[in-house]
Amino acid sequence: MELELRGITKQFPGVLANDDVSLTARSGKVLALIGENGAGKSTLMNVLSGLYQPDAGEILIDGVVQKFGDPGDAIKAGIGMVHQHFMLVPVFSVWENVVLGVEPVKGPGIMNRKEARNEVRDISGKYGLAVDPDAMVEDLPVGIQQRVEIIKVLLRGAKILVFDEPTAVLTPQEVIEFFGIVAELKGRGATIIFITHKLKEALAIADDITVLRGGKVAGHADPHTATPELLASMMVGRDIDLTVDKEESTPGDTVLQLSGVRMVDDYGRALLDHIDLSVRAGEIVGVAGIQGNGQTELVEAITGLLPIEAGKVEMLGNDISRYSPRQRHAAGIAHVPEDRNHMGMVGSFTVAENLVLDSYYATPFSSRGLLHRDVIRESAEHLVDAYDVRPPLIDNTGNALSGGNAQKMIVAREFSRDVPLVICAQPTRGIDVGSIEYIHEQIVRKRDEGKAILIVSTELDEIFALADRILVMYDGRIVAERKTSETTPTEIGLFMAGKAA
Amino acid sequence: MSITSPDGKITIEPDDGPGASFFRRLTQATDWKSGFVIPLLAVFTALVIGAIIIMLTGSSFTEMIDAYLALLKGSVGSLRAISVTLTEATPLILTGLSVAIAFRAGLFNIGGEGQLLIGGMSAVLVGFSITGLPWFVHLPLAIAAGITGGALWGFIPGFLKAKTGAHEVIVTIMLNYVAYRLVDFLLKTTLFQREGRNDPISKNIMDSAQMPALLQWLDPAMKVNIGLFLALAAAGFVWWLLFRTNTGFEFRAVGANPSAARYAGMSVTKVYILVMMIAGGLAGLAGTGQILGVLDRASPGFNAGLGFDGIAVALLARSNPIGVVLAALLFGGLNAGGQYMQANADVGIDLISVIQALIIIFVAAPALISAIYRVKSNASATQISQGWGS
Repeated sequence: MELELRGITKQFPGVLANDDVSLTARSGKVLALIGENGAGKSTLMNVLSGLYQPDAGEILIDGVVQKFGDPGDAIKAGIGMVHQHFMLVPVFSVWENVVLGVEPVKGPGIMNRKEARNEVRDISGKYGLAVDPDAMVEDLPVGIQQRVEIIKVLLRGAKILVFDEPTAVLTPQEVIEFFGIVAELKGRGATIIFITHKLKEALAIADDITVLRGGKVAGHADPHTATPELLASMMVGRDIDLTVDKEESTPGDTVLQLSGVRMVDDYGRALLDHIDLSVRAGEIVGVAGIQGNGQTELVEAITGLLPIEAGKVEMLGNDISRYSPRQRHAAGIAHVPEDRNHMGMVGSFTVAENLVLDSYYATPFSSRGLLHRDVIRESAEHLVDAYDVRPPLIDNTGNALSGGNAQKMIVAREFSRDVPLVICAQPTRGIDVGSIEYIHEQIVRKRDEGKAILIVSTELDEIFALADRILVMYDGRIVAERKTSETTPTEIGLFMAGKAA
Repeated sequence: MSITSPDGKITIEPDDGPGASFFRRLTQATDWKSGFVIPLLAVFTALVIGAIIIMLTGSSFTEMIDAYLALLKGSVGSLRAISVTLTEATPLILTGLSVAIAFRAGLFNIGGEGQLLIGGMSAVLVGFSITGLPWFVHLPLAIAAGITGGALWGFIPGFLKAKTGAHEVIVTIMLNYVAYRLVDFLLKTTLFQREGRNDPISKNIMDSAQMPALLQWLDPAMKVNIGLFLALAAAGFVWWLLFRTNTGFEFRAVGANPSAARYAGMSVTKVYILVMMIAGGLAGLAGTGQILGVLDRASPGFNAGLGFDGIAVALLARSNPIGVVLAALLFGGLNAGGQYMQANADVGIDLISVIQALIIIFVAAPALISAIYRVKSNASATQISQGWGS
């Protein structure tokens, strides 16, 4: 089925989220929809899925104008959404999840379990989506859970499949498998819309590319001729340099040293085991790995947010294993946390308050228990300016900032401290290309000032762009260490997937 | 401590219960519109519905108007009425502050009743048992005892929350019951019970422990006393603590986002214990004011529901200390006017409880008010912009 959007316009109070957006997704083809956060991708998808009604414009399927009053109408018309965050019940089996809401019955209120199972088996066989219908969803790896989501929308008769950032949670190997599934769906005539901010993936998989910027269509691109740089500049409206310029590192003394660090959960299972690592002044060490392999715990072991069971954390030769988070902060650790909204800031606090969230207790921001508001405000004015936080209004709440600007605020807070060790967890997750470029520059600048930097990222591109040395985490251990200049993304990708070194 | 699933997608935060967003709305909507317009409209709507109720119970339109005029006269119509209003408002300011400051740190202090009782009992003990002191020593001593008693009663749930995770709502409710019965028991002991009495009533406090009345030289019936100034000073103190000190910064951070507070190196356990002690101390001061300023002695039930009314006051005030003073004055005025209305207009004081309850319902459900008056509430605007953002 061919999907066409004509002049879709959607206005929110104060914001024109979609402005005369027109695009076409062809049958048996993949349309990649790219754009920065806030470019209007989500709004457009919500219009398409019937969640929002557009103020103007129309949706056509095979040339017929559609009216979607609610998401049910869109599903009936053959549109299926695969969300970035899966909508699955973890303690249900695969087939139970798939038929949830459309259970086949053999009498009033009595589910036909056999038929349900068969339906699931049919679809997974037909599209090559290998998955055990009786497996418990919580036991499945993320890539397989995504297949369950795809089976769900196919069972509901979807001919137009919309994937929202589908590769964000996948390993490099799973991404390859996912591309295989997309090719299979394509071959069977499905229309596919692929929303992403990963330009290389868009170029690899799409037949057509549409770029959104500021709620408008910024242009269309042909994946055979376009380059990532071209797409990036279409997205932000100016030239973008995706490579990070940096000199060869000249590492100095060891700043951070972990030896034999072990951390266990409440049930005694190891979250971290035998962690040995060091970070020296003037180098960037990148920790690669698929989300959930102990990176979060590693950062929290260093920053003191979670206790370690064995081993030692040393900074500049001092054992800080028993220091509280506050003591470690004071000892000179700056930390950009991985979860911006949940940890990095207090959404209801002003920008000025957030900029002293972890340093309010020390001079010059307070003395004898009293906050020095004038100093805090003056420093905030300086920081929003120096770190390009937009809008530069220090009395705005943190919630009012876009993801990229909230992250710049957090980077400003942590990087403005003149301390020997900087830890950045997922420093650019979910933020726009312009902010990524800026934050990467700041990280390299920090390195060149002679600071020791530890980067944790699930984005392999980011690790390769920034790190001088790469560590790979798998299942709570460091399974490989390579100099960036002496390895390849393919090799690191294999380690990430658990292939032994 | 939060629990995060291995893939990091699901995080269970014990402080993020079903009430969490409700909490946030109560403590964080500080802009002019939702902080002032919505409560005012809530009061107005409650009064309108109150009028309808009066008429439904068989009164005529003019009788209803008379009743409301009586309400107005009884609350602000004379110096005497104002004295009653201020006397009624004084403990409400303090219990309101008690609930509000705990709210700001993310805790729901239902224990104002118990803290008020224990504070009052401490104050009455010091008030009657020590003799021969000049008032400027005795009175501060009795007040300090009252604050300390309340603070200790607040310490228990704060400590249990911090160290064991016991929910403060459950613990404070249970401690209220303990306090009710403890007071009954203590008032029958020889230490407290007045000589020659069989019923549970304490000895009278010494004159030197009495809070001086302000207007009794005009009219002996005017009970408004320096407790009012203590309450206003307490409101100023809470505001200063919350917005000018490191401690208040920590309270607000823990209340708004405990994970971020922990990340920032704050001790969440310290905050829980400290804020509950301060909340308890404020409620204890409310009980102290009742004993030393109004009642002169303790008897069962001298809490008079003031701890619970404090919750309503804090809700209406959105946990803003200045708002607490205004909300307490409103509730004090309604109580004062209600007594007058009952005596003079043949409408029961129960109506006042109904109106107060309606005010709280409307404040707690701002969407209702926004819908009736077509005011854009801040909450829904935020939701729209968030949905658009990603």
